[in-house]
Amino acid sequence: MRASGARLLFASAAGLTVLVSVLILWTIGREAWGFVSEVEFDQLFSIGWFPRRGLFDVGTLLVNTLEISGVAMVVSVPAGLGAALYLSEYARPGVRRVIKPTLELLASVPSVVLGVFAISFITPNVLSAFIADINFFNKLAAGIAVGLLVVPLIASISEDALRAVPNSLREASAGLGARQITTTVRVVAPAALSGMTAAVVVGFSRAVGETMVVTIASGGGDTSLFSLSLTESGGTLTSAMAALGLGTDQVAGSDLAFQSLFFLGAVLFVITLGLNMMGNGIVNRLRERY
Amino acid sequence: MSVITTPAQIAEQVARQVARDGRKDVSGTLFRSALALATLASVLSLGVLLVVMVVDGWSVLTGRLGQFLGSGFSQRSAADAGVFHGILGSLQIALLTAVFAIPVGVGTAVYLVEYSRGGWFARLVELNIRNLAGVPSIVYGLLGLAVFVKTLGAFTQGKTVIAGGMTLAAMVLPLIVIASIEALRAVPQQLREAAYGVGATQWEAVTRQVLPAALPAVLTGIVLALSRALGEAAPLILVGAATGFISFGDASLAESFTGPFTAVPVLIFNFARQPGADWSENAAAASVVILAVVLVVNGLALYLRQRFERRW
Repeated sequence: MRASGARLLFASAAGLTVLVSVLILWTIGREAWGFVSEVEFDQLFSIGWFPRRGLFDVGTLLVNTLEISGVAMVVSVPAGLGAALYLSEYARPGVRRVIKPTLELLASVPSVVLGVFAISFITPNVLSAFIADINFFNKLAAGIAVGLLVVPLIASISEDALRAVPNSLREASAGLGARQITTTVRVVAPAALSGMTAAVVVGFSRAVGETMVVTIASGGGDTSLFSLSLTESGGTLTSAMAALGLGTDQVAGSDLAFQSLFFLGAVLFVITLGLNMMGNGIVNRLRERY
Repeated sequence: MSVITTPAQIAEQVARQVARDGRKDVSGTLFRSALALATLASVLSLGVLLVVMVVDGWSVLTGRLGQFLGSGFSQRSAADAGVFHGILGSLQIALLTAVFAIPVGVGTAVYLVEYSRGGWFARLVELNIRNLAGVPSIVYGLLGLAVFVKTLGAFTQGKTVIAGGMTLAAMVLPLIVIASIEALRAVPQQLREAAYGVGATQWEAVTRQVLPAALPAVLTGIVLALSRALGEAAPLILVGAATGFISFGDASLAESFTGPFTAVPVLIFNFARQPGADWSENAAAASVVILAVVLVVNGLALYLRQRFERRW
């Protein structure tokens, strides 16, 4: 009797985790549906995102999200994959013991701090040197800072994948007379390709969902005029949500601006869920089994 | 080029070729250097970040550290703004996050590893955990705003640390479950069999043998999850953490659980969006405070892992 009681206890804990998902889907779905059914079609296509003026051009936010995440990937893919290859294939154990925890610490830096770093260092001290007329708040600096945040994630997932490649492959390659670069690029990396691809996809998803860096460094205001320029400011799906959230007192009730917060959440949820499922799918489909 | 006839000559030829190629392995050296550079850049960016924050926050950290840590900001001036209410709020939220997330998270892991028989429910829970782990933090803020602040308002009293703690608990739940699952799966089967062998029930085997054996790794996962919660701002902003200037009046500690709240990362965001150099100094100084806490907590977790984790 006691055993089945314990079983029920632990199963109900597991049930609570499912309840969290159900509640997320239900709340987002309900409010987002309220938004979609009330908004006029041409409110969704205009010069930008001005929720309090009834202009809900989600395209502007999507483009900014893609631009900033793109910059983040330009920074984090070479750095993250490079660090993973170095740690797994080249670094001596002593070096690895120092660098790996350091990367883990980089992963633990709160995103607000990286946002402060973007406006107090990346824009004024780095980007201004190359781009004279850069806006104080700009997508480029936000993208670079988001990239720094994603580097440890990509490095850690790819390094796990690289270290899962059995040593017999490396030894066979070396036995055939291959140089280390040949072994790394032609044997080890292809064997770990699924893991490294998944790392990039999951990293991209993380960049799309990052909020505070973008809110501080690029999309501080609650409005965004459409612009493709990386040196201009612009809000993303997430920063627009944060900006709306700051004013929930003012927009409480059934106002359309309040519901647009949940609509953006639904769009963001669908995109990141799709990316994460893609990442998991890649791992399952391309995985080499040893 | 001479004709090679004896094995000795072949060996000599190969040795010469290897030596020559070794010297000329330009692409190999370049590749290795590029990888080293990528690694170095990642590590250095952490160093630069720390230095920039300390330098920018130096005047606050050396000039008025006690006042910065000890006072709230009821005044609208940068020169006497402090992070006391943020520290108080962050501690309260971390405590509540732990209270809500640990039982559910560890319980779920125990169910999946020890009790489930691999049926549809267990598969659903595992899939659900993996998907929840990828949900952006701000989406949890929507959950907190709609469910914990509004629907459960009678319990949470609205925009309070209770709602914030529940929101962050939902956010770190997958982290705790995944870490606990790994910890429990690492406990060897013999331990369970030995427990059953001396007549233990499953409850006794799990609570007296398996969980204690997995505890160090579970604790490491919990500490890392809580440090993640300590640095999070976005969900708290949606749940209604005060980003403006709040005054507690003379509310007692117990009353502060059901009143307006803020947290250190939210204060950093607030400092960062004020114009002017003196506010940037406050943002940098508060960043140093949160970095110190998060890095110490993470260092502690890494130490725990090394010191107490048993290899089976």
